[in-house]
Amino acid sequence: MVAAAVLALAVAAALTRPAVDAPLVAGIRAGLAVDGLSALMVVTVAAATLAVLGYAAGEAELRTARFVGCMLLFAGAMLVTVTATTLAVLLMSWEVMGAMSWALIAYHWREPESVRAAHTAFLTTRLADVGLYVAAGAALAGGVGSLALAELPAATEPWLHVVAAGLVVAALGKSAQLPLSFWLSQAMRGPSPVSALLHSATMVAAGAYLLLRLAPLLETAGWAAPLVAWVGAATALLMGLVAVAQSDLKQLLAASTCAQIGFMVLAAGVGGVAGGALQLVAHAATKSLLFLAAGAWLVLLGTKQLGELRGAARRYPLVGVTFTIGAAALAGLPPLSLWVTKDLVLAAALEQNTALYVVGMAAAVVSAIYSTKAVWWIWQPPPSDERRVRRIGTDESAVRRNAFLPLSVLAALAALFGIPVLAWGTWELDVPELLSGGLAIAAALVTWRLAGRIGAPSLLASWLGLERLAHAVIVRPVLVLARALARFDDRLDGSVTALARGTVALARGLDRRGEGAVEGAVRGITDGARALGRLARRPQTGQVHQYYAQAAAALAVLALVVIVMG
Amino acid sequence: MTAVLSLIVFLPAVVAAMLLLVPATAPRRVFTGAWVAVSVVDLALVVAVWLTPGTGFRFEERVAWMPTVGISYHVGVDGISLPLVALTAVLFAACAVFALRENRRVKGYVALFLALQTVSLGLFVALDLILFFLFFDLSIVFMYFLIAGWGHGERARAAALKFFLYTFLGSLALLLGFIVLYLAAEPHTFDIVELVAADPLAGGGPAAGLALLAIGVGLAVKTPTVPFHTWLPPAHTEAPATGSAILAAILLKMGTYGFVRIAMPMLPDTWRQYAVVAVVVGVVSVLYGALVALAQTDLKRMIAYTSVNHMGYVVLGVGAAGILAGSDEQARQLATTGAVTQMVAHGLITGALFLLTGVLYDRGRSYDMAAYSGLAGRTPLFAAAFAVAAFASLGLPGFAGFIAEFQIFTGALASAPVATALAVLGILVTAALFLRALQRVFLGAERLPDAPGTPRPFADLHLSETAAIVPLLVLATVIGVLPRFLLDVIEPASRALVELVAR
Repeated sequence: MVAAAVLALAVAAALTRPAVDAPLVAGIRAGLAVDGLSALMVVTVAAATLAVLGYAAGEAELRTARFVGCMLLFAGAMLVTVTATTLAVLLMSWEVMGAMSWALIAYHWREPESVRAAHTAFLTTRLADVGLYVAAGAALAGGVGSLALAELPAATEPWLHVVAAGLVVAALGKSAQLPLSFWLSQAMRGPSPVSALLHSATMVAAGAYLLLRLAPLLETAGWAAPLVAWVGAATALLMGLVAVAQSDLKQLLAASTCAQIGFMVLAAGVGGVAGGALQLVAHAATKSLLFLAAGAWLVLLGTKQLGELRGAARRYPLVGVTFTIGAAALAGLPPLSLWVTKDLVLAAALEQNTALYVVGMAAAVVSAIYSTKAVWWIWQPPPSDERRVRRIGTDESAVRRNAFLPLSVLAALAALFGIPVLAWGTWELDVPELLSGGLAIAAALVTWRLAGRIGAPSLLASWLGLERLAHAVIVRPVLVLARALARFDDRLDGSVTALARGTVALARGLDRRGEGAVEGAVRGITDGARALGRLARRPQTGQVHQYYAQAAAALAVLALVVIVMG
Repeated sequence: MTAVLSLIVFLPAVVAAMLLLVPATAPRRVFTGAWVAVSVVDLALVVAVWLTPGTGFRFEERVAWMPTVGISYHVGVDGISLPLVALTAVLFAACAVFALRENRRVKGYVALFLALQTVSLGLFVALDLILFFLFFDLSIVFMYFLIAGWGHGERARAAALKFFLYTFLGSLALLLGFIVLYLAAEPHTFDIVELVAADPLAGGGPAAGLALLAIGVGLAVKTPTVPFHTWLPPAHTEAPATGSAILAAILLKMGTYGFVRIAMPMLPDTWRQYAVVAVVVGVVSVLYGALVALAQTDLKRMIAYTSVNHMGYVVLGVGAAGILAGSDEQARQLATTGAVTQMVAHGLITGALFLLTGVLYDRGRSYDMAAYSGLAGRTPLFAAAFAVAAFASLGLPGFAGFIAEFQIFTGALASAPVATALAVLGILVTAALFLRALQRVFLGAERLPDAPGTPRPFADLHLSETAAIVPLLVLATVIGVLPRFLLDVIEPASRALVELVAR
């Protein structure tokens, strides 16, 4: 209900373009506004959320307040992210989104793997978020006191470069681009609707959105735009290859998300904002569809291994057909949506740099391969020995009922989204487009023949070993350092205690020796005084003749002294 | 109306004195009920003060005390002290509600807390150095008795002794610095407002350096910053939950408050000269505190080390506010406001965390994280409250800690770029350590400690515990979402402070 209302509001917002602005902290404003790019995003996010929540209502274990609440907060944070006009608000919603992704991935909190996956996701993205904090400070230092996104390119040197670097790091981390892609693989441990939302319109899309929004800043900074473009292209190609090597359907889709987002990042780097934004929307529809379908099979058949999903499409034709439409779009087969949008991006790349275009085209071919591979498996005849066990048989009808609408609507969107773009005439059919379409079809055909024999090199299957690398380079050294410092701290504490003990020992020593000496000295003085007193008492005899003799002697001594001195 | 601050400060002490006349055999409800009532009345008075408009020092009272040596009873609040006074009132009210379940020697316990409340409030409104010092030392004395008397056994007495001696030594350094300031001022005075206006050690020199060194070390012990922090973990680990909450939320703030109330405005030239030292100490505290916390297996010790980390941000902020090169006034003001906000945020959030740890100890008789697992299934409310507090503490936006840390980072980056960039990594380490703690204690398969004497069943939060902890978290969230009501109070004062430091 809420999600539907949000969608209605989102459409209204996209039409009316409202803006709010309020002071946040000294001179820094908090603003939200809807412009062209964010209008597109707002509607996409709201629609994807509605579809995913509609589907999730069919899974009994997800009908909890915790799940729906976190999902809504998650989507809400994304909505704030895409409408934020200042870095401060963007940072706030950005981080809330990360925390919600933690809560959602760890939804099955009794399973240690889910929790560990959630940790990986939150910590990796937060590592990148450090860039946003630095960028905010640098923007202020560079003279953009309001932290308004639109004014960032006006920051003074050298702070401009710090701002750009911080934002690029944050965006690449959130979007699971190389080398921080591994968290997305782990994030698959969450429930399928979470994956569907996280991979389509929120979270990973946020990084791409930020880069698209800040394309002018990347231009101004000079080095940032080519860097971003190359990271995007490299991710699209390498993660595409990783996807080909996966034997788990959700892992395949996850790697393909990295690759597809790579195209958007590439678009931001070459200034193809329109193409990148359309790619984002088309991919959101396609990928949420694919994840919901994979999730439906996971519930119905209890597996997401490609080998065990043989015949899944034949058994559940609705899911199978919609999945196939989504996969065809993902493959970039003409005339489906992603073919159009991807070529917009590639066209922008071609204007900048031929090498980028070639890498991008190779990545497009790879996307056809992995999509076809998935489809091939699910349409294979089911194995004759029906050993499969249904995990939740009773839930089947509920899943079917709730899955029908979201899956069909998303499939329609995935397939048809390209047409209005074509109709708007922003895009013309030309040789490169025909080339890419032809290549995609050829690659799909070849893959269909060879799908059963695609190998899985261990490096690619393990996502380039990036997670192990991160553990070896960052996690373990930090833990070792932490333990070493803790030991040092105990020693520091020990030395303080030793100092205190030393003081006590000193006091005891003084008590035993010093005190005795002082006491002895004092006693010596008193003894001496007493002896002197006794000595002085001796003349006090009380007899007058003795006093007289003493006085005479003293006078004689006095006279002698006077004579000697004088 | 004019004596409202004195009323706020001394009401708890008066009630404590009255309670001492009640025989200890009286039902404990008499004592705990009186405490709750007093803390609520005090809180209401503070809210009334908050709602009274005005700028600069307000509700000032000044009575000659020892005029021959320039000492007077001088109190007043401004935008820096008022949030801390309010924090104190809130925290003591929360502890009063939390302590409704306390049943060990309640009379002395309540009387000590009421006395502690008086000295805490008194310290934040004091406008005379000797008055400040008096409350500073009394807070150490009362906290000593609290840890030694109501802590966890024999080790508590050792920890209390260490706490007392270490911080008392620090306070002596503080007194030395105060005396240097007194002697430098002409005419001699201990009055804070007069000393700030006079700026007696303008132009620096060895006397100014000595004064700042003495005051700085004294405050650094109390804050505490690395390397003067080692009294903190044992004191926290052995103290009762309410004592830990007050120690972390209020007593630590006395150190950082001293920086913004005394060190910065009274020694502006020297502060600017040595601001880089504060920045370095702050960053070292941030990273060192976070990393050592990461290695802990004892939940309470871990939270204690995160206090070192969070106070490091405050020191970083006040240090950066003293570096004029490369920063404009907006940046320095952000750093200062952030530092004050951080004091409030840390008080609320860490106070809640320590109370929650107290709940854990009450149920399981252990702080060892390895003794627990999967509590979320048995105690969902407790787990949810802890998760919220943990995320608030790791600086998630939407909670007060973020508002503070964001301002500190943004304001400090211009003047101390490398140090600030390193300090930002601290939020990553705190995120890691809180997630690990959540995972170890609350998630996974259920496992409860079964030491002899463990009260079974493992109950969820009781009503009084909920009523004590949830308001703290709600307040932290309100500040995180709608910070203006707090920042409108702090910002004018921090602007004035920034101008004083830059003169």
